[in-house]
Amino acid sequence: MTTTRDIRSAGEIGTASEIGSARDIRTAWDLAASVVDPEIPVLTIEDLGVLRAVEEVDGRVRVTLTPTYSGCPAMDAIRDDVVGILRAGGFLDVEVRLVLAPAWTTDWMSEVGKQKLREYGIAAPSGHAAALGRSARPAGPVRVALAVKCPHCNSLHTSELARFGSTSCKALYECLDCLEPFDYFKVL
Amino acid sequence: MTTEPAPDTVTAADPHGDVAVDRRELSAELIGAAGDATTAAPDVAEYALWLGDDSLILAQQLGRWISYAPELEEDVALGNIALDLLGHARSLLHYAGSASGRSEDDLAYWRGESEFRSAWLFEQPNGDFAHTIVRQLIAAHYLFELYSRLTASADRTVAAIAAKAVKEVDYHRDHADQWLLRLALGTDESRARVTVALADLWPYVDELFHDEPLIDRIPDVAVQPSALRWGFDQAVLPVLAEAELEQPRGFSSSGGGRRGVHSEYLGPILAEMQVLAREHPGASW
Repeated sequence: MTTTRDIRSAGEIGTASEIGSARDIRTAWDLAASVVDPEIPVLTIEDLGVLRAVEEVDGRVRVTLTPTYSGCPAMDAIRDDVVGILRAGGFLDVEVRLVLAPAWTTDWMSEVGKQKLREYGIAAPSGHAAALGRSARPAGPVRVALAVKCPHCNSLHTSELARFGSTSCKALYECLDCLEPFDYFKVL
Repeated sequence: MTTEPAPDTVTAADPHGDVAVDRRELSAELIGAAGDATTAAPDVAEYALWLGDDSLILAQQLGRWISYAPELEEDVALGNIALDLLGHARSLLHYAGSASGRSEDDLAYWRGESEFRSAWLFEQPNGDFAHTIVRQLIAAHYLFELYSRLTASADRTVAAIAAKAVKEVDYHRDHADQWLLRLALGTDESRARVTVALADLWPYVDELFHDEPLIDRIPDVAVQPSALRWGFDQAVLPVLAEAELEQPRGFSSSGGGRRGVHSEYLGPILAEMQVLAREHPGASW
Protein backbone atom coordinates (compact mmCIF):
# COMPACT_ATOMS: atom_id res chain seq x y z
CA MET A 1 0.00 0.00 0.00
CA THR A 2 1.51 3.30 -0.96
CA THR A 3 0.90 6.66 0.54
CA THR A 4 -0.73 8.98 -1.92
CA ARG A 5 1.17 12.22 -2.00
CA ASP A 6 -0.29 15.39 -3.25
CA ILE A 7 2.25 17.88 -2.10
CA ARG A 8 1.58 21.38 -3.18
CA SER A 9 3.35 24.43 -1.89
CA ALA A 10 1.02 25.02 0.98
CA GLY A 11 0.75 28.72 1.65
CA GLU A 12 0.69 30.05 5.16
CA ILE A 13 -2.38 28.67 6.79
CA GLY A 14 -4.12 29.54 9.96
CA THR A 15 -3.31 26.45 11.94
CA ALA A 16 0.05 26.05 13.56
CA SER A 17 0.77 22.75 11.93
CA GLU A 18 3.03 23.12 8.97
CA ILE A 19 2.26 20.03 6.94
CA GLY A 20 3.20 19.11 3.48
CA SER A 21 6.53 17.44 3.89
CA ALA A 22 6.62 13.82 2.83
CA ARG A 23 7.65 12.86 6.34
CA ASP A 24 4.58 14.47 7.85
CA ILE A 25 2.23 12.85 5.39
CA ARG A 26 3.85 9.53 6.27
CA THR A 27 3.24 10.28 9.94
CA ALA A 28 -0.38 11.17 9.21
CA TRP A 29 -0.80 7.92 7.28
CA ASP A 30 0.68 5.92 10.13
CA LEU A 31 -1.65 7.58 12.63
CA ALA A 32 -4.73 6.98 10.48
CA ALA A 33 -3.56 3.44 9.75
CA SER A 34 -3.55 2.61 13.45
CA VAL A 35 -7.33 3.06 13.76
CA VAL A 36 -9.06 -0.28 14.26
CA ASP A 37 -12.42 -1.60 13.14
CA PRO A 38 -14.56 -1.35 16.30
CA GLU A 39 -16.32 -4.60 15.40
CA ILE A 40 -13.10 -6.54 14.69
CA PRO A 41 -10.61 -4.80 16.96
CA VAL A 42 -7.63 -6.85 15.79
CA LEU A 43 -7.85 -5.34 12.32
CA THR A 44 -6.71 -1.84 11.47
CA ILE A 45 -8.36 0.06 8.66
CA GLU A 46 -5.09 -0.39 6.76
CA ASP A 47 -5.34 -4.18 7.13
CA LEU A 48 -8.92 -4.04 5.86
CA GLY A 49 -8.08 -1.90 2.84
CA VAL A 50 -10.55 0.73 4.04
CA LEU A 51 -7.85 3.39 4.27
CA ARG A 52 -7.26 4.44 0.66
CA ALA A 53 -5.28 7.68 0.79
CA VAL A 54 -3.83 10.32 3.07
CA GLU A 55 -2.84 13.53 1.33
CA GLU A 56 -2.22 17.16 1.97
CA VAL A 57 -4.66 19.47 0.23
CA ASP A 58 -4.51 23.22 0.77
CA GLY A 59 -2.88 22.84 4.14
CA ARG A 60 -5.30 20.27 5.50
CA VAL A 61 -4.93 16.54 5.83
CA ARG A 62 -7.41 14.72 3.67
CA VAL A 63 -8.08 11.08 4.51
CA THR A 64 -9.97 8.95 2.03
CA LEU A 65 -11.86 5.89 3.25
CA THR A 66 -13.92 3.33 1.36
CA PRO A 67 -16.75 1.73 3.31
CA THR A 68 -16.81 -2.06 3.38
CA TYR A 69 -20.57 -2.57 3.15
CA SER A 70 -23.03 0.19 2.27
CA GLY A 71 -24.77 0.00 5.60
CA CYS A 72 -21.74 -0.72 7.77
CA PRO A 73 -22.34 1.11 11.07
CA ALA A 74 -18.64 0.90 11.94
CA MET A 75 -17.85 3.59 9.36
CA ASP A 76 -19.10 6.45 11.52
CA ALA A 77 -16.98 5.33 14.46
CA ILE A 78 -13.97 4.83 12.20
CA ARG A 79 -14.39 8.31 10.76
CA ASP A 80 -14.55 9.89 14.21
CA ASP A 81 -11.54 7.87 15.35
CA VAL A 82 -9.46 8.97 12.35
CA VAL A 83 -10.22 12.63 13.07
CA GLY A 84 -9.54 12.16 16.78
CA ILE A 85 -6.22 10.40 16.40
CA LEU A 86 -4.92 12.86 13.80
CA ARG A 87 -5.89 15.83 15.96
CA ALA A 88 -4.21 14.22 18.94
CA GLY A 89 -1.13 13.87 16.73
CA GLY A 90 -1.12 17.56 15.94
CA PHE A 91 -2.88 17.57 12.58
CA LEU A 92 -5.60 20.04 13.43
CA ASP A 93 -7.22 20.52 10.05
CA VAL A 94 -8.54 17.13 9.02
CA GLU A 95 -11.05 16.18 6.40
CA VAL A 96 -12.35 12.63 6.05
CA ARG A 97 -14.03 11.62 2.82
CA LEU A 98 -15.88 8.46 2.02
CA VAL A 99 -15.38 7.31 -1.53
CA LEU A 100 -17.59 4.62 -3.02
CA ALA A 101 -15.62 4.01 -6.20
CA PRO A 102 -13.77 1.84 -6.77
CA ALA A 103 -16.00 -0.30 -4.56
CA TRP A 104 -14.31 -2.02 -1.65
CA THR A 105 -13.47 -5.68 -2.08
CA THR A 106 -12.08 -8.31 0.26
CA ASP A 107 -9.22 -8.61 -2.26
CA TRP A 108 -7.84 -5.43 -0.64
CA MET A 109 -7.43 -7.08 2.73
CA SER A 110 -3.73 -7.48 3.50
CA GLU A 111 -2.15 -10.87 4.14
CA VAL A 112 -1.20 -9.60 7.59
CA GLY A 113 -4.86 -8.75 8.14
CA LYS A 114 -5.99 -12.22 7.07
CA GLN A 115 -3.51 -13.79 9.45
CA LYS A 116 -4.74 -11.59 12.32
CA LEU A 117 -8.32 -12.57 11.50
CA ARG A 118 -7.48 -16.27 11.76
CA GLU A 119 -5.71 -15.77 15.08
CA TYR A 120 -8.79 -13.89 16.29
CA GLY A 121 -10.97 -16.87 15.38
CA ILE A 122 -12.55 -15.56 12.18
CA ALA A 123 -11.96 -17.40 8.92
CA ALA A 124 -10.49 -15.07 6.31
CA PRO A 125 -12.09 -14.66 2.88
CA SER A 126 -11.11 -17.61 0.71
CA GLY A 127 -10.43 -16.92 -2.92
CA HIS A 128 -11.00 -13.73 -4.84
CA ALA A 129 -14.13 -11.79 -5.55
CA ALA A 130 -15.62 -12.71 -8.89
CA ALA A 131 -15.31 -9.97 -11.45
CA LEU A 132 -18.65 -8.30 -11.76
CA GLY A 133 -20.70 -9.92 -14.42
CA ARG A 134 -23.61 -12.21 -14.74
CA SER A 135 -22.67 -14.96 -12.40
CA ALA A 136 -23.22 -17.99 -14.56
CA ARG A 137 -25.58 -20.28 -12.76
CA PRO A 138 -26.12 -23.15 -15.14
CA ALA A 139 -27.64 -25.58 -12.65
CA GLY A 140 -30.05 -23.42 -10.75
CA PRO A 141 -29.28 -20.96 -8.02
CA VAL A 142 -26.80 -22.96 -5.96
CA ARG A 143 -23.22 -21.88 -6.47
CA VAL A 144 -20.13 -23.89 -5.68
CA ALA A 145 -18.06 -22.28 -2.97
CA LEU A 146 -14.49 -22.89 -1.93
CA ALA A 147 -14.06 -24.79 1.30
CA VAL A 148 -13.68 -22.59 4.35
CA LYS A 149 -10.95 -23.57 6.78
CA CYS A 150 -11.84 -23.77 10.47
CA PRO A 151 -9.78 -21.14 12.33
CA HIS A 152 -9.69 -23.37 15.42
CA CYS A 153 -8.44 -26.71 14.05
CA ASN A 154 -7.70 -25.95 10.36
CA SER A 155 -10.15 -28.59 9.18
CA LEU A 156 -11.73 -28.07 5.78
CA HIS A 157 -14.67 -30.16 6.93
CA THR A 158 -16.92 -27.20 7.63
CA SER A 159 -20.47 -26.22 6.84
CA GLU A 160 -22.31 -22.93 6.44
CA LEU A 161 -25.01 -22.42 9.06
CA ALA A 162 -26.11 -18.98 7.92
CA ARG A 163 -25.05 -16.82 5.01
CA PHE A 164 -25.63 -13.71 7.13
CA GLY A 165 -23.79 -13.53 10.42
CA SER A 166 -23.05 -11.22 13.32
CA THR A 167 -22.22 -8.31 11.00
CA SER A 168 -22.86 -7.52 7.33
CA CYS A 169 -19.46 -8.79 6.32
CA LYS A 170 -19.60 -12.20 8.01
CA ALA A 171 -21.33 -15.57 7.63
CA LEU A 172 -21.76 -18.16 10.39
CA TYR A 173 -20.07 -21.54 9.96
CA GLU A 174 -19.59 -24.66 12.04
CA CYS A 175 -16.68 -27.06 12.00
CA LEU A 176 -17.77 -30.67 11.59
CA ASP A 177 -14.54 -31.96 13.14
CA CYS A 178 -13.99 -29.86 16.27
CA LEU A 179 -17.70 -28.89 16.36
CA GLU A 180 -16.91 -25.24 17.09
CA PRO A 181 -18.95 -22.49 15.45
CA PHE A 182 -17.00 -19.65 13.83
CA ASP A 183 -17.47 -16.51 11.78
CA TYR A 184 -16.33 -16.38 8.16
CA PHE A 185 -15.47 -13.06 6.51
CA LYS A 186 -17.42 -13.27 3.26
CA VAL A 187 -15.80 -12.64 -0.09
CA LEU A 188 -17.16 -9.41 -1.55
CA MET B 1 4.30 20.00 12.88
CA THR B 2 3.17 21.35 16.18
CA THR B 3 2.72 19.56 19.44
CA GLU B 4 0.64 22.39 20.81
CA PRO B 5 -2.66 20.69 21.60
CA ALA B 6 -5.76 22.48 20.47
CA PRO B 7 -8.43 23.11 23.11
CA ASP B 8 -10.64 20.50 21.52
CA THR B 9 -7.94 17.94 20.95
CA VAL B 10 -9.12 14.42 21.49
CA THR B 11 -6.64 12.20 23.21
CA ALA B 12 -6.08 8.78 21.78
CA ALA B 13 -6.82 7.31 25.19
CA ASP B 14 -10.38 8.56 24.94
CA PRO B 15 -11.24 8.13 21.28
CA HIS B 16 -14.97 8.10 21.85
CA GLY B 17 -15.10 10.94 24.30
CA ASP B 18 -16.81 14.15 23.47
CA VAL B 19 -15.38 14.33 19.98
CA ALA B 20 -15.37 18.01 19.23
CA VAL B 21 -15.36 17.76 15.49
CA ASP B 22 -16.73 20.26 13.08
CA ARG B 23 -19.82 18.54 11.66
CA ARG B 24 -19.12 20.04 8.28
CA GLU B 25 -15.81 18.23 8.10
CA LEU B 26 -17.54 14.99 8.93
CA SER B 27 -20.34 15.23 6.44
CA ALA B 28 -19.51 12.28 4.28
CA GLU B 29 -19.14 13.24 0.68
CA LEU B 30 -20.34 10.47 -1.54
CA ILE B 31 -18.06 10.82 -4.43
CA GLY B 32 -16.99 9.05 -7.53
CA ALA B 33 -13.69 7.64 -8.64
CA ALA B 34 -11.99 10.98 -9.17
CA GLY B 35 -13.10 12.19 -5.79
CA ASP B 36 -14.89 15.45 -6.46
CA ALA B 37 -18.00 16.17 -4.46
CA THR B 38 -20.98 16.42 -6.73
CA THR B 39 -24.40 17.98 -6.86
CA ALA B 40 -27.07 16.11 -8.74
CA ALA B 41 -28.88 17.72 -11.66
CA PRO B 42 -32.64 17.99 -10.96
CA ASP B 43 -33.69 15.05 -13.15
CA VAL B 44 -30.88 12.88 -11.82
CA ALA B 45 -31.85 13.85 -8.27
CA GLU B 46 -35.42 12.76 -8.96
CA TYR B 47 -34.16 9.43 -10.29
CA ALA B 48 -31.95 8.93 -7.24
CA LEU B 49 -35.00 9.70 -5.10
CA TRP B 50 -37.00 6.93 -6.80
CA LEU B 51 -34.31 4.35 -6.21
CA GLY B 52 -33.53 5.57 -2.72
CA ASP B 53 -37.18 5.42 -1.69
CA ASP B 54 -37.51 1.85 -2.98
CA SER B 55 -34.61 0.71 -0.80
CA LEU B 56 -35.62 2.80 2.20
CA ILE B 57 -39.17 1.42 2.36
CA LEU B 58 -38.01 -2.16 1.85
CA ALA B 59 -35.35 -1.76 4.55
CA GLN B 60 -37.93 -0.38 6.98
CA GLN B 61 -40.23 -3.34 6.29
CA LEU B 62 -37.51 -5.98 6.68
CA GLY B 63 -36.37 -4.47 9.95
CA ARG B 64 -39.73 -5.40 11.47
CA TRP B 65 -38.78 -9.08 11.21
CA ILE B 66 -35.98 -8.80 13.74
CA SER B 67 -36.88 -11.09 16.67
CA TYR B 68 -39.95 -12.39 14.77
CA ALA B 69 -38.35 -14.48 12.03
CA PRO B 70 -38.85 -18.27 12.08
CA GLU B 71 -35.31 -18.85 13.28
CA LEU B 72 -32.50 -16.81 14.77
CA GLU B 73 -30.40 -17.01 11.60
CA GLU B 74 -33.23 -15.35 9.68
CA ASP B 75 -33.51 -12.53 12.22
CA VAL B 76 -29.87 -11.90 11.45
CA ALA B 77 -30.17 -12.40 7.69
CA LEU B 78 -33.19 -10.13 7.21
CA GLY B 79 -31.65 -7.56 9.54
CA ASN B 80 -28.42 -7.61 7.54
CA ILE B 81 -30.25 -7.33 4.24
CA ALA B 82 -32.22 -4.39 5.64
CA LEU B 83 -28.95 -2.78 6.69
CA ASP B 84 -27.48 -3.15 3.21
CA LEU B 85 -30.60 -1.62 1.67
CA LEU B 86 -30.56 1.21 4.17
CA GLY B 87 -26.97 1.90 3.15
CA HIS B 88 -28.00 2.10 -0.50
CA ALA B 89 -30.93 4.35 0.44
CA ARG B 90 -28.68 6.67 2.44
CA SER B 91 -26.26 7.10 -0.48
CA LEU B 92 -29.04 7.64 -2.98
CA LEU B 93 -31.03 10.04 -0.81
CA HIS B 94 -27.89 11.96 0.11
CA TYR B 95 -27.28 12.43 -3.60
CA ALA B 96 -30.94 13.22 -4.34
CA GLY B 97 -30.94 15.87 -1.63
CA SER B 98 -27.78 17.52 -2.98
CA ALA B 99 -29.88 19.21 -5.68
CA SER B 100 -32.19 20.91 -3.21
CA GLY B 101 -30.01 21.34 -0.15
CA ARG B 102 -31.82 18.64 1.81
CA SER B 103 -30.11 15.96 3.87
CA GLU B 104 -30.87 12.25 3.72
CA ASP B 105 -32.69 12.67 7.05
CA ASP B 106 -34.79 15.56 5.70
CA LEU B 107 -35.92 13.34 2.85
CA ALA B 108 -36.58 10.27 4.98
CA TYR B 109 -38.39 11.93 7.88
CA TRP B 110 -39.96 15.12 6.62
CA ARG B 111 -41.75 14.14 3.44
CA GLY B 112 -45.39 13.13 3.35
CA GLU B 113 -46.83 10.05 1.71
CA SER B 114 -47.49 11.72 -1.65
CA GLU B 115 -43.86 12.86 -1.83
CA PHE B 116 -42.49 9.32 -1.71
CA ARG B 117 -41.58 7.77 -5.04
CA SER B 118 -41.23 4.10 -4.16
CA ALA B 119 -42.92 1.40 -6.23
CA TRP B 120 -45.87 -0.43 -4.69
CA LEU B 121 -44.06 -3.74 -4.33
CA PHE B 122 -41.90 -2.39 -1.51
CA GLU B 123 -44.78 -1.17 0.63
CA GLN B 124 -46.73 -4.43 0.43
CA PRO B 125 -47.11 -5.96 3.90
CA ASN B 126 -44.58 -8.41 5.30
CA GLY B 127 -47.44 -10.93 5.61
CA ASP B 128 -46.15 -14.31 6.66
CA PHE B 129 -42.55 -15.39 6.04
CA ALA B 130 -43.50 -16.67 2.57
CA HIS B 131 -44.80 -13.25 1.55
CA THR B 132 -41.58 -11.62 2.70
CA ILE B 133 -39.49 -14.16 0.78
CA VAL B 134 -41.48 -13.75 -2.44
CA ARG B 135 -41.21 -9.96 -2.10
CA GLN B 136 -37.44 -10.42 -1.60
CA LEU B 137 -37.21 -12.69 -4.63
CA ILE B 138 -38.78 -10.03 -6.85
CA ALA B 139 -36.94 -7.13 -5.23
CA ALA B 140 -33.48 -8.67 -5.12
CA HIS B 141 -33.55 -9.83 -8.74
CA TYR B 142 -34.94 -6.49 -9.91
CA LEU B 143 -32.30 -4.57 -7.97
CA PHE B 144 -29.53 -6.84 -9.24
CA GLU B 145 -30.52 -6.23 -12.87
CA LEU B 146 -30.89 -2.51 -12.20
CA TYR B 147 -27.56 -1.99 -10.43
CA SER B 148 -25.71 -4.24 -12.88
CA ARG B 149 -26.74 -1.85 -15.64
CA LEU B 150 -26.26 1.33 -13.62
CA THR B 151 -22.59 0.52 -13.01
CA ALA B 152 -22.19 1.89 -16.55
CA SER B 153 -24.19 5.06 -15.83
CA ALA B 154 -22.78 8.29 -17.22
CA ASP B 155 -23.35 9.82 -13.78
CA ARG B 156 -20.29 8.89 -11.75
CA THR B 157 -22.03 9.00 -8.40
CA VAL B 158 -24.90 6.78 -9.58
CA ALA B 159 -22.35 4.39 -11.09
CA ALA B 160 -20.33 4.29 -7.86
CA ILE B 161 -23.38 3.59 -5.68
CA ALA B 162 -24.50 0.88 -8.13
CA ALA B 163 -21.07 -0.80 -8.20
CA LYS B 164 -21.15 -1.10 -4.44
CA ALA B 165 -24.80 -2.13 -4.20
CA VAL B 166 -24.71 -4.81 -6.89
CA LYS B 167 -22.30 -6.98 -4.93
CA GLU B 168 -24.57 -6.84 -1.90
CA VAL B 169 -27.87 -7.49 -3.69
CA ASP B 170 -26.20 -10.50 -5.31
CA TYR B 171 -26.13 -12.04 -1.82
CA HIS B 172 -29.77 -11.01 -1.32
CA ARG B 173 -30.72 -12.78 -4.55
CA ASP B 174 -29.12 -15.95 -3.41
CA HIS B 175 -30.84 -15.74 -0.01
CA ALA B 176 -34.26 -15.32 -1.64
CA ASP B 177 -33.67 -18.11 -4.20
CA GLN B 178 -32.68 -20.61 -1.53
CA TRP B 179 -35.65 -19.80 0.70
CA LEU B 180 -38.10 -19.94 -2.19
CA LEU B 181 -36.89 -23.45 -3.00
CA ARG B 182 -37.04 -24.53 0.64
CA LEU B 183 -40.58 -23.25 1.08
CA ALA B 184 -41.90 -24.48 -2.27
CA LEU B 185 -40.36 -27.94 -2.01
CA GLY B 186 -40.72 -28.23 1.77
CA THR B 187 -43.93 -29.21 3.53
CA ASP B 188 -47.50 -29.02 2.23
CA GLU B 189 -48.01 -26.03 4.51
CA SER B 190 -44.96 -24.10 3.31
CA ARG B 191 -45.81 -24.86 -0.32
CA ALA B 192 -49.39 -23.69 0.10
CA ARG B 193 -48.25 -20.48 1.73
CA VAL B 194 -45.60 -19.64 -0.86
CA THR B 195 -48.13 -20.30 -3.64
CA VAL B 196 -50.51 -17.79 -2.07
CA ALA B 197 -47.69 -15.28 -1.55
CA LEU B 198 -46.67 -15.53 -5.20
CA ALA B 199 -50.24 -14.88 -6.34
CA ASP B 200 -50.53 -11.93 -3.94
CA LEU B 201 -47.29 -10.22 -4.90
CA TRP B 202 -46.80 -10.95 -8.60
CA PRO B 203 -49.26 -8.19 -9.66
CA TYR B 204 -46.72 -5.64 -8.40
CA VAL B 205 -43.94 -6.82 -10.72
CA ASP B 206 -45.08 -4.86 -13.78
CA GLU B 207 -44.76 -1.45 -12.13
CA LEU B 208 -41.03 -2.02 -11.58
CA PHE B 209 -40.50 -2.31 -15.34
CA HIS B 210 -42.84 0.49 -16.39
CA ASP B 211 -41.11 3.22 -18.42
CA GLU B 212 -41.51 6.82 -17.27
CA PRO B 213 -40.89 10.12 -19.11
CA LEU B 214 -38.17 11.05 -16.63
CA ILE B 215 -35.95 8.23 -17.90
CA ASP B 216 -36.19 9.55 -21.48
CA ARG B 217 -34.68 12.85 -20.31
CA ILE B 218 -31.60 11.22 -18.77
CA PRO B 219 -30.96 8.22 -21.05
CA ASP B 220 -27.23 8.01 -20.30
CA VAL B 221 -27.67 8.24 -16.55
CA ALA B 222 -30.69 6.03 -15.94
CA VAL B 223 -31.72 2.74 -17.45
CA GLN B 224 -35.09 2.12 -19.11
CA PRO B 225 -37.04 -0.06 -16.67
CA SER B 226 -38.53 -2.08 -19.54
CA ALA B 227 -35.00 -2.99 -20.64
CA LEU B 228 -34.48 -4.83 -17.35
CA ARG B 229 -37.41 -7.18 -17.77
CA TRP B 230 -35.68 -9.74 -19.96
CA GLY B 231 -32.80 -10.22 -17.55
CA PHE B 232 -35.21 -10.41 -14.62
CA ASP B 233 -37.27 -13.10 -16.34
CA GLN B 234 -34.12 -15.03 -17.28
CA ALA B 235 -33.10 -15.10 -13.63
CA VAL B 236 -36.41 -15.53 -11.80
CA LEU B 237 -38.45 -17.84 -14.03
CA PRO B 238 -35.92 -20.71 -13.78
CA VAL B 239 -36.06 -20.42 -10.00
CA LEU B 240 -39.87 -20.66 -10.10
CA ALA B 241 -39.58 -23.62 -12.47
CA GLU B 242 -37.14 -25.36 -10.17
CA ALA B 243 -39.53 -24.71 -7.29
CA GLU B 244 -42.31 -26.22 -9.45
CA LEU B 245 -44.34 -23.02 -9.16
CA GLU B 246 -46.37 -21.47 -11.96
CA GLN B 247 -45.72 -17.85 -12.86
CA PRO B 248 -48.99 -16.10 -11.98
CA ARG B 249 -50.65 -14.50 -15.00
CA GLY B 250 -53.32 -12.03 -15.88
CA PHE B 251 -53.66 -9.61 -13.02
CA SER B 252 -51.51 -6.50 -12.72
CA SER B 253 -51.84 -3.90 -9.99
CA SER B 254 -52.33 -0.23 -10.85
CA GLY B 255 -49.23 1.17 -9.15
CA GLY B 256 -48.30 4.84 -9.39
CA GLY B 257 -45.55 5.16 -6.80
CA ARG B 258 -43.32 7.14 -9.16
CA ARG B 259 -46.01 9.86 -9.21
CA GLY B 260 -46.54 9.80 -5.44
CA VAL B 261 -49.71 7.69 -5.62
CA HIS B 262 -49.58 4.89 -3.08
CA SER B 263 -51.52 1.95 -1.72
CA GLU B 264 -53.01 2.09 1.77
CA TYR B 265 -49.93 0.42 3.19
CA LEU B 266 -47.37 3.21 2.90
CA GLY B 267 -48.95 5.61 5.42
CA PRO B 268 -48.55 3.39 8.49
CA ILE B 269 -44.98 2.49 7.46
CA LEU B 270 -44.07 6.18 7.28
CA ALA B 271 -45.87 6.94 10.55
CA GLU B 272 -43.69 4.44 12.36
CA MET B 273 -40.52 5.43 10.53
CA GLN B 274 -40.97 9.17 11.05
CA VAL B 275 -42.53 9.45 14.48
CA LEU B 276 -39.31 9.79 16.46
CA ALA B 277 -37.78 12.42 14.19
CA ARG B 278 -40.99 14.44 14.19
CA GLU B 279 -41.35 14.16 17.95
CA HIS B 280 -37.88 15.67 18.38
CA PRO B 281 -37.32 18.06 15.45
CA GLY B 282 -33.68 18.90 14.89
CA ALA B 283 -32.37 16.14 17.12
CA SER B 284 -29.55 14.08 15.70
CA TRP B 285 -28.30 10.65 16.68
